[in-house]
Order: sequence, then structure tokens, then C-alpha cells
Amino acid sequence: MLMIDCPWCGNRDESEFMYGGEGNIVRPQDPESISDDSWSDYLFMRKNTKGLYMEQWLHSYGCRRWFLAERETVSYEILNTHKIGEINPESKS
Amino acid sequence: MRGAYRLNSGGRLDRDRPLEFTFNGRIYSGYVGDTLASALLANGVRLVGRSFKYHRPRGIVGSGSEEPNALVQLGKNPRTSPNQIATQIELYDGLSASSVNCWPSVKFDIRSLTGMFSSLLPPGFYYKTFMWPRFLWGLYELILRRSGGYGVAPDMKDPDRYDKINAHCDVLIVGSGPAGLSAAVEAGRTGARVILVDEQAEFGGSILNANENYHKSHGMNWVSSILDELKLMPEVTLLPRSTAFGYYDHNFVGVLERVTDHSSISDGLSPRQRIWRVRAKEVVLATGSIERPLVFQNNDRPGVMLASSVSAYINRYAVKLGSSAVVFTNNDSAYSSVLDLLSSGVDVAGVIDPRPKPNGTLPNIVRSHGVPIFDSSVIVDVKGSKNIRAVELMNIDYDSKKIYGKSHKLRCDLVAVSGGWNPTVHLHSQSGGTLRYDVSKSCFVPGINSQNEQSVGSCNGTFDLKECIDDGIKAGSRAAYATGFGVGEWSENTACTDFQTEDPLCPMWKVPSSGNESKWTKQFVDFQTDTSSSDIYIAAREGYESIQHVKRYTTLGMGNDQGKLGNINGIGILADALGQDISDIGTTTFRPNYTPISYGALAGPDKGILFDPVRKTAIHEWHEAAGAKFENVGQWKRPWFYPRGREFMEEAVERECLAVRESVGVLDASTLGKIDIKGPNATDFLERVYTNSWRKLQVGQCRYGLMLGEDGMVMDDGVTAKLEDDHYLMHTTSSGAGNVMNWLELWLQTEWPDLNVYLTSVTDQWATIQINGPNSRNLLSKICEGIDLTNDAFPYMAVRRGVVAGVQARIFRVSFVGELSYEINVNADYGLHLWESVIGAGKNYGITPFGTEAMHLLRAEKGYVIVGQDTDGSMTPSDLGMNWIITKRKDDFLGKRSLSREDSIRTDRKQLVGLITEDPSTVIPEGSQVISSSSGSVPVPMLGHITSSYMSPTLGHSIALGFVEGGHSKLGEKVYVSINDSKVISAFISNPVFYDPQGKRQDV
Amino acid sequence: MKRYSLFSLVRNGINHHSNWDRVWRNPNPRPEYDVVIIGGGGHGLATAYYLAKEHKITKIAVLEKGYIGGGNTGRNTEIVRSNYLWDEAAQLYEFSLKLWQNLSSELNFNLMYSKKGVLNLGHSLQDMRDISRRVNANRLNGIDSELLSTEEVKGLVPIINTSPDTRYPILGASLQKRGGTARHDGVAWGFGRAADAFGVDIIQGCEVVGIRQEDGSAVGVDTTKGYIKAKKIGVAVAGHSTVLANMAGFRLPIETHPLQAWVTDPIKPVLDVVVMSNSVHAYVSQTDRGELLAGAGIDAYVGYGQRGSFSVLEHAASSIIELFPIFSRIRVVRQWGGIVDTTPDACPIIGKTPLKGLFLNCGWGTGGYKATPGSGWVFAYTIANDTPHNLNEPFSLERFITGKLIDEHGAAGVAH
Repeated sequence: MLMIDCPWCGNRDESEFMYGGEGNIVRPQDPESISDDSWSDYLFMRKNTKGLYMEQWLHSYGCRRWFLAERETVSYEILNTHKIGEINPESKS
Repeated sequence: MRGAYRLNSGGRLDRDRPLEFTFNGRIYSGYVGDTLASALLANGVRLVGRSFKYHRPRGIVGSGSEEPNALVQLGKNPRTSPNQIATQIELYDGLSASSVNCWPSVKFDIRSLTGMFSSLLPPGFYYKTFMWPRFLWGLYELILRRSGGYGVAPDMKDPDRYDKINAHCDVLIVGSGPAGLSAAVEAGRTGARVILVDEQAEFGGSILNANENYHKSHGMNWVSSILDELKLMPEVTLLPRSTAFGYYDHNFVGVLERVTDHSSISDGLSPRQRIWRVRAKEVVLATGSIERPLVFQNNDRPGVMLASSVSAYINRYAVKLGSSAVVFTNNDSAYSSVLDLLSSGVDVAGVIDPRPKPNGTLPNIVRSHGVPIFDSSVIVDVKGSKNIRAVELMNIDYDSKKIYGKSHKLRCDLVAVSGGWNPTVHLHSQSGGTLRYDVSKSCFVPGINSQNEQSVGSCNGTFDLKECIDDGIKAGSRAAYATGFGVGEWSENTACTDFQTEDPLCPMWKVPSSGNESKWTKQFVDFQTDTSSSDIYIAAREGYESIQHVKRYTTLGMGNDQGKLGNINGIGILADALGQDISDIGTTTFRPNYTPISYGALAGPDKGILFDPVRKTAIHEWHEAAGAKFENVGQWKRPWFYPRGREFMEEAVERECLAVRESVGVLDASTLGKIDIKGPNATDFLERVYTNSWRKLQVGQCRYGLMLGEDGMVMDDGVTAKLEDDHYLMHTTSSGAGNVMNWLELWLQTEWPDLNVYLTSVTDQWATIQINGPNSRNLLSKICEGIDLTNDAFPYMAVRRGVVAGVQARIFRVSFVGELSYEINVNADYGLHLWESVIGAGKNYGITPFGTEAMHLLRAEKGYVIVGQDTDGSMTPSDLGMNWIITKRKDDFLGKRSLSREDSIRTDRKQLVGLITEDPSTVIPEGSQVISSSSGSVPVPMLGHITSSYMSPTLGHSIALGFVEGGHSKLGEKVYVSINDSKVISAFISNPVFYDPQGKRQDV
Repeated sequence: MKRYSLFSLVRNGINHHSNWDRVWRNPNPRPEYDVVIIGGGGHGLATAYYLAKEHKITKIAVLEKGYIGGGNTGRNTEIVRSNYLWDEAAQLYEFSLKLWQNLSSELNFNLMYSKKGVLNLGHSLQDMRDISRRVNANRLNGIDSELLSTEEVKGLVPIINTSPDTRYPILGASLQKRGGTARHDGVAWGFGRAADAFGVDIIQGCEVVGIRQEDGSAVGVDTTKGYIKAKKIGVAVAGHSTVLANMAGFRLPIETHPLQAWVTDPIKPVLDVVVMSNSVHAYVSQTDRGELLAGAGIDAYVGYGQRGSFSVLEHAASSIIELFPIFSRIRVVRQWGGIVDTTPDACPIIGKTPLKGLFLNCGWGTGGYKATPGSGWVFAYTIANDTPHNLNEPFSLERFITGKLIDEHGAAGVAH
């Protein structure tokens, strides 16, 4: 049962959030110009890191903001969370 | 009244409140303060159950949650509960319990004959046999299944109520023994929010069972003084009868409070049990330790008990456990049980100790009482069956751990055993903490922590009372300080200042035996699962060397006590079998739950009507009053059809459809998802999320849009209306509304923060009423003000604002059924008013409310797909024949790139088609598969499947929508639909638009 | 390998079972193998077994970082079935189910494969459309499958709540009679023992820490027990597939999620069918010991922790009481978690990889256990012949580029 520090609302229980998978995946600027391979990479391939993982969460039963969380995927410890677009000085992954 | 084995005085019983209870059909008595176990013992009932595999007679071994044998069926239907542990059942008046898994009775159990075949039942015997002949396995299994299981499930619904509570605290303390109480009071004094939980009815932990003095007065006096102080602290919550059963991530601890289990009378208000979902900043684990049994031949006879439990039954429950006892121990602690036995009037025939000359404080006191101490000795057998007659002793060489010499017997009827203590590290381990084997203490103790948690007292391997209290005080202070309370200093231990001198324990995972270890099948390690030491030796020799393999192969620790008594001995025995160090073996993983938790408690109030929220529209009550049948659509309840009189569904649906086609019908469409989109970049936003173009859409116009996932597959659809230049209202499917909202927000917030757009879900704010049919304009004109309803002024796919039935409304001229239709949105509070006004105004036209079934049929006649019914997440717009909606003018939109992948452009993809059966009266069942020939053997190649299928009342023949490989180029071809293997329905592939293909009727 | 039988049990009983053969040896790794299989779960061991048996490859090692069968093989709910929707998946799982039928005899190890039948319940009109579609597809694929009415469900499982007044009433179900359960530990041990008898080296406590390449081909693995050369390498490590792919330098469309399961006190038999519900979200069966073995969906977030959130159990408890009101007072004794490797289309990836000589078998998500024999068989074929078998050809990694997914999310019922 995770306790997640929403950067807008503070600590809230996991049940208020929706998971959005790997964070910081950038959509290709011009999809039509890239190969099927590269498109597939964007579409499906995931880091799925065992260790520190940058992921996105939605505070769906709260402020309804998507944000980024850096989480250890074995211990589940959340090292930090931050708003989308914010440069995070603590980020390690 | 009192039981024959009840001491005249002492114990923590309320002797003024006697209780009557029934066990195995006989009536007994006890007192408030008893457990079922103590009351049975006080009545001289020793035989309480039978073992799982061999059905050996078993008695009570322990006094708490560690008890492996005394499982009972408690209470009567519908409140009967299987496999309850007698040592944890507080006695109440009228309690009724019986032994489980024995027949015809616990005294004469026919299945005990199994024991005669024990040589055929080594560990994992079932893996090695029952394989031939193969067809008989079903029969073998039936027999195995019958012999499996302990108690029985009730055969009725549970009448009791369960509750949950979320609790946040600074410091959670688990366990209220010397360490836990010290920690609680120390933390409480700082003003921190403290929750103290203990699984027992009374606080005090081990102090309740002991006859020990704290600073010259009885330990319970100390407990009382601490509790008095705690009760005055407003931030402290005391939870007795509450078991911390699971330690999860981020310091979330599940606690089960047994609110009314201890009483026969329910107050009608309190739940039976309540789960506390505790989120603690700091956790102090003071869960104590569990005494280890010793493993020797026939150590499972009723009357062999843990020494600490012997003390508990004497001191706490005033039970005289026998007439002549023997105490078998490898450490000093059990010597206090000798003193307790003597004080209860039981003769102690001797203490048997493998150590050469035990010389600690306690052994010397025992010696001074004249009790013989057989040092360098062990018990090698127990004589008796349902009772103990004697034990057999032999000498042991301390260094070589070999037994030698001649055995001799010692008569007794009670054996108290102690093999040392296992810290209760379960919660620490569940929290992710590591364990380490402490050689000097011969037990596993907490290693490195992974969460904000500390273990203190004997669960940390601290067995000295003074140290336990010292550590508890420090832990309480530290935990509070870590959460911002106190100054990080602690008070002095004034409760207990004396150290006792102890001789070291002599590690002994089993009593050595002579000859082949495999032959000693009655040296039990895990009583509940009948796992013997021989099982472990056999498993290891066969190559099951990992402790996990041994656990699974022998079933060690797989009972409902999860091996609280047996596991560590088992690990020690495996180490011996493999010639390894116990620290190299490690433990099996400690899994929640610490003690079993009922499904009822886990579900709490979330069952029945509260299982999942029911969403109702503003008009729901009207539908109910009209006798509508409802359909679940996601969480919504939607009217399915409105039967009149004794109409069958088909009749009602036909009537509803014809009304729409011929005059006017009304549909409650409030469940349609509605998203309000506002902002200067709203049009840009729509351009990106929909496949078609939105730039030329004028204010006051509506457009249908198709939304794709990035994989190019159709995700949702709906009509979006342009209300202002920077303001749109998007409609989504009813069940997709939530997903679409999340999806749009994801893009807006993470990928396109530059777009100035705001999204608001307004599904619940608007009631949506659709009036459909040739008379809908006539009807609307009667109740609508301020809008020119003529086709020129208010054409198809337009939106207008006005007043309907006196209420501000938005009217959309859109149709899902292919008729002249108006969709009216009003503030949901006026939904019922508008509905009733529409019904009233429509009387002359025979207005007919219709449900989802008629709506589905009508749109199928028009060939409109329902996302989620006709699509399954694997269809592109092209598959739906909707290439027209993919604009060529846009460089990009979500999902576009995927449409040009190799597989997306295949021409033999499954494509949406209509199907018209050869026999017009045959309706193809939905979900049928389309095949190319009327005969053939499996596997039959499948061309596609039927997604929607109805008898069309308007057209007078059946219609179906389906997907067929390359279907768009197969118009007019004959295919077959397979029904029940043998039967086929022949049908022709057609255009999916069956009715009014030019769309004239909606555009009048 | 000395065979197990009632006779051998009696004979060994005479000398207290001290003369049984070891189930498998405990060898040190040799410097080189023809094939190294990474992962000693059911799939890896089955692969080794079929490589030896069907393809006569003898120098095979199975490297297991812990103990064999310790991952998902030993952490699932034991359900075996083949009633998948799409042809590709149905054929693969059906092939596997056929192997199950005779597996106990073949391995001479009783896997207790019990054809108790698997029910997939429907709770909405759409559920029932999806179930019908799947039942019809199954039958045309030669897979036994029946559509049951609410009354027939009640007849089969009298303790189930079929009242129309529940929040999500049961409207019907599909039944696969040949589906059921098989003893999970036995699968790992049976394959392990049989593979060992063919000379396969099962090396436990041996973790792979690197994959060595030369000229674009995999040539061996660095392990905690030293370097091991290999002509071919097969990876069958479920939740850790991404970790291995990283070592080999390519990416996977995989997310690793916790999947929880739990077991109750043993009670006398009350449920002799496997009951699964997609929309009420739980599945339950009763073991031969009498425990109710249950599970639900995966935890939403990526996790390698072999544990999940308490809330998953709470929700599933509600679901189970909805379906079986009489289970309210039955108690959950133990809960645990596996970590499953999920793909975007809920179907596995079995085949070659961008690195020559390295083969991959992963992405089984929650459906891997039931496929164990079939998965091992086709993977062995693929490794031995350097090309996929017809059965696993559609399950290539390339499908994520071409878009030819086999979407079992849609209408296949719960994928467990």
C-alpha cells in the first residue's frame, strides 16, 4: 500500500491514484517520418527498470493532475515526486 | 460449578461470573476470563482434536496464536466458523464448539487407521503414486479430497457486519508486554499520536502469564499503572483484541479488531470485526517470542505442552494441569514453570535437561525445592496414547550430541517442554526487514530494517526483562522523536532493575535418536500438518535441499498456524540433514497474515449494495415506477426495456422500435459521457485527439468524431458540439467516459502543456433526454421557447440554446437511430421535470419511452457501431469502413502513425459488414462465428464473428453486424454462421446500413 | 531414473524411504554447453526436458538463481485451461492442454492434473456476448467449451449466488470441462527430475549477471558461479525478462507487475470447479487439501517485489463474498505475490531475438503456468531448429513492429 506524495496535494493513499506507466516518454515530433521500428519503440518498448524507475501517476480521486514519481521497483520506496515539466534536481534515474 | 481441575484461587478470572459452554456435545463450565482452551483444561478435557494426516489424538500445546492442534468448529449456522483456535477463543456463555476433522468422534476416529500405513505415506507420497491407471486419478482424488479439510463452511450467508477504519498515527506499537507498554507510555508522554494494539483481550503480554514481581510487586500492578497513565492521554488509542496481521509497504499495517467475537450477545450496533488500516510514521514491534517445542518420539501426545503455556494456564487461568509433571528443557526459562507447577499443587517428577550442570538462578531455586534435575538427559519417547503414562529418558553426551546408556522411565501425566525461544519476527520480515541467525541465542533475530520500524524486547532476541523494558523505553522515545515529538531523551527504567544469571541454552532442533533418522516418523516437527523429522531427512536425501522445497514437499509450516512452532526446528533439522549451518539455510518467507483473517473482515462493508457504487440518472425513479427492466452498463443502471402488462422482452422492444420509427420515442441518455472543453486552443486540441478535422466547424454545429489509441485502434466515439469559438462539449460512450477523460488529461498535461485548454467532466451535471421519431419536432415545439425549430433554422447536426419546459437547455440535433431526433441537455436537477414534461407533451403522439435494447436495435438498422460491443480494441477506422473520417489534411493525430504499419494496411483484415440471413426469420445469435463452408472438421477456419444481431421490426427480417475477413470486398457473398457445431445458418454479406441508407429521415 | 509407483513406494517403505534416488543431481557447471537455459521455472525446465527428449541435445544446463520452481511456477493459482479467443493463442494453449493430459505418466511424477472444469462467469450482456464469441471460436478450434445458463451454473456450483438482486448478477458462463488445476510444485519437480535423467545439469543458486557476445552472436553467460560458454542460450525468466534483455542490449514491450494469490484454511469440500469472474474480479478453486485458493488481477504498478498491495486482497474479498456468500467466515491464512511479465496484447513472446543465438520466451503475463508444457515444447523446437514452430511463429517480437498483435485483452475472459 503505497503512500504517494502528490506534488499538488501532499501525501495520499495509493487508492486515490491511477498508474500511468513509464514517465518521460516523448512522443516523436514527426511520426510519419520515422520507421515502423522507431514507432514501435515509442509505442511499446519500456524500460521496466528493476531499480529506480521514473513513472507517471494521475491523482485521479484528487486534483486530477498527472505527475512524475521516481520509485524503486523492488523496495517500492518513492524517492521523489514532481510536477510535469519541472526539472527535478534530485532525480537519479 | 467450577471444573474439577480448577485451582481454588488465583488467575485472572472473574469467579463471580460463571459461564456455560458446550464442547463436542457435552456441557461444561468456566469463567469470564477463560479461553475455550483454558476452560477445557480446567474441565479435564485433554483430547481436543485429531491430526491432519494420521488422525493422531492431539491436545492443547500452546496458549496463544501459536496453537497448532486445538482447532474447533465454533458456533452454529449461520454463524459457524471453521478452524478457530481454542486458545484464542474467549469463553462466553452458551459457546458451542466441536473438534474438526474426526469421525465419528474425537475419541474414536476411524481415520486414525491411516497411521498403520504411515510407512506408505512418506512426504510427497502423492507425487509418486496414483498415476496408474490414469483414468482412476479422478477417484483417487475424490478420496484425497474427502480426507482433506478440517472444519466446514457455513451453508448460509453471514448475518454479521464487518467494518473498516482508516487510522493515521505517529507511532504504532504492536504488542503490550513489558517492551511494548514501556514504548507506548514513553511515546505517549511526548504528545505523539500513538496506537497500541495487542491480540489479547487484556494488555500485558507475557506478564499476564507469569508470576513475576516488578519492583517487589506483581507485574500486573505495573501494567495497571502504565495503562492508567495511557488512558489519560488524549492522543493515545488502545486497541485490545486487535491483531496486527500484515505489514505492507510504506508503513501500512493491517490490524484486525475482534469487536464482538468474545460475547454471546450482539448489541445490534457493533460490527463483529473491524479492520484498522493503519498508516504509521513509525512502528515499534514488541511482538514477543514464541517458545519452541522439542522434537522427540511421540512428542505430540495430549499432555505434552509448551512450558510457557503450562505457566500461563496455572498463573492466568488457575488450571491444575495434572498430578505429576516432567519438565524437559534445554534452557533456564522453563525452570520457572517448575515453580509454577509446584505452586499449583502438581508434583514435578523431574526436570530433564541435556546440559551437564545447569547452574543459573532459576535451576538453583528449583534444586532448592528438592525437585530432581536429570542433567545430561533427554526424553526419547512418550508412553501413552490419549493420555501420557510416562516418559522414557536416556543420557546424552553434550559435546557429541549422542544418546547413550540404558533408558529408564519416569511416570508422569504432563510434560512441559522448552526448546528455547523464537522471536516473533513475522511483521519485521513482512515489512521487508532481513533476518540474521544469532548463534549465541540460537534463534533468528531482526537484521536490517527496510521501513521505519524497530523491534524491541524478545521479538528482537532480548530475553532479559530489564533489558526489554530499557529497550522499550528507548524505542518509544526514539520513534516519537523521529516523528517530531519529544526531545529524544528517555526516562529511567524504574520497573525492573535486576538481571538474572542464565546458563546458555543447549541448541537442540530435535532430540538425537539412534540409527536411521528416516525411521523416526513420530518425532513431530509441525503438529498441524503431521510433518515429522524423518520427513525432512527423507526430503533432503531425495534432493529437496532448499528450505522452500522442503516446506513444499513435506508441508512443513503450511497449516493455518503457518508453522509458528515448527518452522525453526525444521530449519535446524534440515541443516543437520545437509551438514550445513542453520544460518546458511535461512528461513522461509514470512507472509501475511500473521493469524488468519476472514473474507468477511477483508471485505468489510463493501459487499451487497456497497460492492460497487450504483450510478443512477436523475430520471431513475421514473423508470423504476414505469416498471423498466434495467441493464448494467459499467456502474450505471440503464433502462433496458419497459414491458407493458405481460409483454415479453421481444414484444416490448418491437413496440418501442416501431414507436420511434412511426411517431416518437424518448430515451434517457444521461449516461453519455460529457466533457466540457474550453480554452483558446480547444480546436487545436480536438485536431490532435480526433481523426477528422475540426477547423471549419462553425459555432452552433456538431460533428461526429472517432478517437484512436496510439496503436491506431478505435478507442471511443461520440458527437462534439461547438458552443463558442473556444468552447466545445464532447460526448463519449457511457462506459468509456472515465477512460477518455483520463486519456485527454494525460495528453494535455504531459505532452501538450503548451495548449491552453481546460477539461471538465460534466456527465453528472447534465441530464440528457433524446426524443426520436417523425413527431419529435411537433412534440418539441409544444414545450420549447425561443428556438426556431424549422429544418433550415435548426438543421441536422446543429446545436441551439433555448428554454424547454421552462428550463434553460441545450438542444443537439443529432441522431443515433436515424430519425428526426433532438437531444436535450438540462441541468440534472431538472432532468425528471423535463422528462415528465416531454412525456406529457407527447401523449397525443403516443410517446413511448424506450430502453437500451431498442436503441441498440435501431442503431444497428442504421449500421452504427457501438464501441465496446461491435469493436474489441483490435479494429481500425478502416476496418469499420470509416476511412471517410480520417482526414488527409492533417499531418498527425493520435494513432495516425500506427495506421500505416504493415498489419494495419492488410486487405484481408476483419472488416465490418452487414449480414442478412437466407431465412429472414432466423436471428443469428450474437457471438457466433462466421465460416466459409457449411461443413468441415475441426479446426474450422473462422472468417469473423457476429457482434450485433436482431429481428428488425421495421424491415421485417433479421439483421446482423459482424466482422469478416476482407468483408468490404465480399458484398453479396454467401457465408455460414456456425451454431452448436452441427448447425449452420446461411447468410449474405451486405452493406451494414440496412435502413434509410441515404439518411433522409434524420434530415427533414 | 528409478520409476515411482505404488510398488516402489511399498518397497521403499521397508527401509524407511532412505534409498530413493535423488530427484536431480546438484552438479557444478561445466565450462561449456550446447544450450544454456536461463531460468529454472516450469518453462525453463520443460524446455530443457524437450530439448533432450525431442531434439536429442545432451549438453544442456538450466541456470536458476534461486531454487527451481521458486518463481511464478510456485506462486500461481494452479489453473489449467485452453479456452482462449484468438486462433493463435487457442492453438498454443490447446497444444499445451493436450500435453498436460499425459504429463504425469510421461514424467512419472503425479502432477495431480485434475479436470475439475473451469467456469468463466458473465455478469453483463456484453460479458455474455464475449463469452459466446469465445465459446463458439473454441468449439470451431476443436476446444471443448460450453455456454451455460444461470441455472446451469447454479446446478454445477450450488453454493454460488445466482440471485438476480446482486450488484452484478450472474447471467451465464462458459465451461471448459477439461480445464482444471494441476499441482504447481510438482510441475517444476517433475520436469526437473525428468530432465536430469536425460543428463541435463540443473544448477541452482546460479545467477546470470552478463551475456557475452562475439560478432553479433551470444556466446556465453557470466554467472555467480563463473563464466559458462554456450552455443545457444534460451531465456525463460518471466518477470525478469527485461533485466536479461538489457544484458543482451535490446528492449522489450514488457512491464513487470506483481500478481497476488492467497489461500484459506482447509475446509471440507464445497467447490469442485474452478470459478473465474472477469468483471467481478476474482477466481477461486478448492485444493485437494481443502484450502480455497484464490487470486485477482495484477497490481497496477510496475513491481519486482513479489508482493502487492493490501487493497487488491480487500477488493477480491468483496468479489468472492459476492459470488460465494458462505465464504464470509472462511479465513485467509497466507497471501503472496509473483511478478509477471505483461505484454501490450496479453500474449507471450516466444522466439528469436535481435541477438543471434539468444532465444526468448517471456511475456506470459498471468497465463504462463497453464502453458508450461506447450511453452517448453515450442521453445525447445525453436532453439533446436533455429526457427520457430508454426505454433509459436505468431508470437514473435516482430509483431510489435508490424502491428500484428493477438489481442487477448478484448474478449478472452480473465487471462489466468
